[in-house]
Amino acid sequence: MTDAATPPSPETARIRPPRNQWWDVWDQFKIHRGALAGSVVFLAIVIFCFVGPLVWPYDATYIDIRSRNQGMSWAHPFGTDQLGRDIMARMMSGGQVSLAVGIVAMALAMLIGTGIGVLAGYFRRIDGLLMRMTDLFLALPLLPLLLVMSMLFRQPLSAAFGVETGMFLLIVTAIGITSWMPTARVVRGDVLALKEREYVLAARSIGTPPRRLILRHVVPNVLSPVMVSATLMIATAIITESALSFLGLGFPPDFPTWGRLVNDGIDYLQQYPSRAMLPGVFISLTVLSVNYIGDGLRDALDPRIRGR
Amino acid sequence: MFNYTMRRLLLAIPTLLFIALVIFLLLELSPGDPMADMPLTIPPEIREQMRLALGLGEPWYTRFFKWLYLFSVVEPSHVLASITGLENLAIDGQRIISFQTRSPVGDIIAQRLPQTLWVVGLSYLFGILVSLPIGIYSAYRQYSWFDQAGTFVSMVGFSLPTFFTGPLLILIFSIWLGWFPIIYDTTLVVDSWYDFALQMRQMAMPVFVLTLYNAAQITRFMRASMLDNLTQDCVRTARAKGLTERVVVLVHVLRNSMIPVITVIALGIPQIFTGAIITEQIFRVNGLGQLLITAIYATDIPMVLTLSVVFAILIVVFNLIADLLYAVFDPRIRYD
Repeated sequence: MTDAATPPSPETARIRPPRNQWWDVWDQFKIHRGALAGSVVFLAIVIFCFVGPLVWPYDATYIDIRSRNQGMSWAHPFGTDQLGRDIMARMMSGGQVSLAVGIVAMALAMLIGTGIGVLAGYFRRIDGLLMRMTDLFLALPLLPLLLVMSMLFRQPLSAAFGVETGMFLLIVTAIGITSWMPTARVVRGDVLALKEREYVLAARSIGTPPRRLILRHVVPNVLSPVMVSATLMIATAIITESALSFLGLGFPPDFPTWGRLVNDGIDYLQQYPSRAMLPGVFISLTVLSVNYIGDGLRDALDPRIRGR
Repeated sequence: MFNYTMRRLLLAIPTLLFIALVIFLLLELSPGDPMADMPLTIPPEIREQMRLALGLGEPWYTRFFKWLYLFSVVEPSHVLASITGLENLAIDGQRIISFQTRSPVGDIIAQRLPQTLWVVGLSYLFGILVSLPIGIYSAYRQYSWFDQAGTFVSMVGFSLPTFFTGPLLILIFSIWLGWFPIIYDTTLVVDSWYDFALQMRQMAMPVFVLTLYNAAQITRFMRASMLDNLTQDCVRTARAKGLTERVVVLVHVLRNSMIPVITVIALGIPQIFTGAIITEQIFRVNGLGQLLITAIYATDIPMVLTLSVVFAILIVVFNLIADLLYAVFDPRIRYD
């Protein structure tokens, strides 16, 4: 009671300027220890993969047959493989591909998912059609379909864009167009609720065209569920790419990705166990950290939890 | 409810037809040649005759409709005949033939099904049995050390891909400790206790890998769902009435929390058939997933098509079951 009676002094009013809501989100995110640790690990892995090759003297494809199958040493911290290629360099360039696939596939899936979700939620006329399409995609057996697709388009795309770019495009597109459905459903649900809100009505009553209404008022408000599913999507995309490479239907053998490195390492599991384990540890760490970031983001973006 | 089920089943037919058509056309466009594994010494004209014998000479729509007829009429009759034991139920004549083995696709699937069901089905069952108590207790004691440990383990189990945990287990338990065999021996016939022990040992690792993954997912759902319900007003009322904590948690909270968990469990059942492709590949279990992979490598169109459509049917059916279960357990939901 006494607190409420004292008027706020002019100092405290000056100390607290209006805050951007993202600072609140960051404050909540900081509290989540797992998410913070996850961000540090993820950042470390990104730096290792993208800055590492600039510092590290060996090339991922440089073959030095004399120093093959070496153990861990200062010259080769992770050892060398059966052709004498430095495994650390291979881990770096493999990580670049895996992370790039994860992020680009995520962006594609989010774009399709949000687009379809917003359209289905906003325009009632195409809602039924788009949702039936979503259900249809959900009923597809995805891994078999991905395998068939990667077998089918491998040669034409490799011929058109070169082996590496072709495979990259293929895998990113395949993962993107088979994983947008959950996002679309969540976004549609949110848009259906948002459409009835007063500010949308107000915007419509002053004659805002649907396109601007969607971009200015609807999309920013569905951003938080999209961001959470985007983080989780990166993890899924990395695992899917690795699984495809692991089954031998992803990138070509001489082109290292983490999944491919696990696959190559399995043959030497008895003699050199670290060769399959290291890339596996990297995939697992990346996915684990991304999942923790997703958990933290979900809490931080939820206004009901925030500030509690 | 009945009307709703019928409408969903009728809607499932065009969906499945479309999926079958998409997969068929994808395979049709694929550059792989079913004759690629044949010796190069076969002269071209004989090679052409062999292609015609596989039915590849006819236009695609003829082949699609023939497959559709065989898949929807002839193969079910054989399945029915082998289940009931009445031989005369089976329709004689052409069946769906695998390009690789030249034997009916249905028979091969029937051969491979037991391995998949044992390994994957058991792991799903174990996953449920492990995850429910952990999820319930973690939610009940939120932020206790048990909850922290349980959440961490389920996050790890959920994040580690099976192609990492599989080789890791092989490394520890087969190579270093030598407890379990690396390769799953499908020819093993269990007719004595000794064989039974062998069977258990070879199943241990693949079942553990899949159990970890399934348990991790279900634990997360169970915990979240329990947390949602623990703060409900009805729970406070139950406590205020003086019910014991045991009754409050295991009856009032648990029954409400099971509704979404049961639907998640039902939705996961088709995934245990398709999702085991990698685990089966690692442990050399020759189940359905492994069959699909080898069929894809060999461009065995009838096999890939049949398996994919069977998977799609499972997905559609279990989606429907999940929705119906939701309505059965939650009286607030009505589909009319």
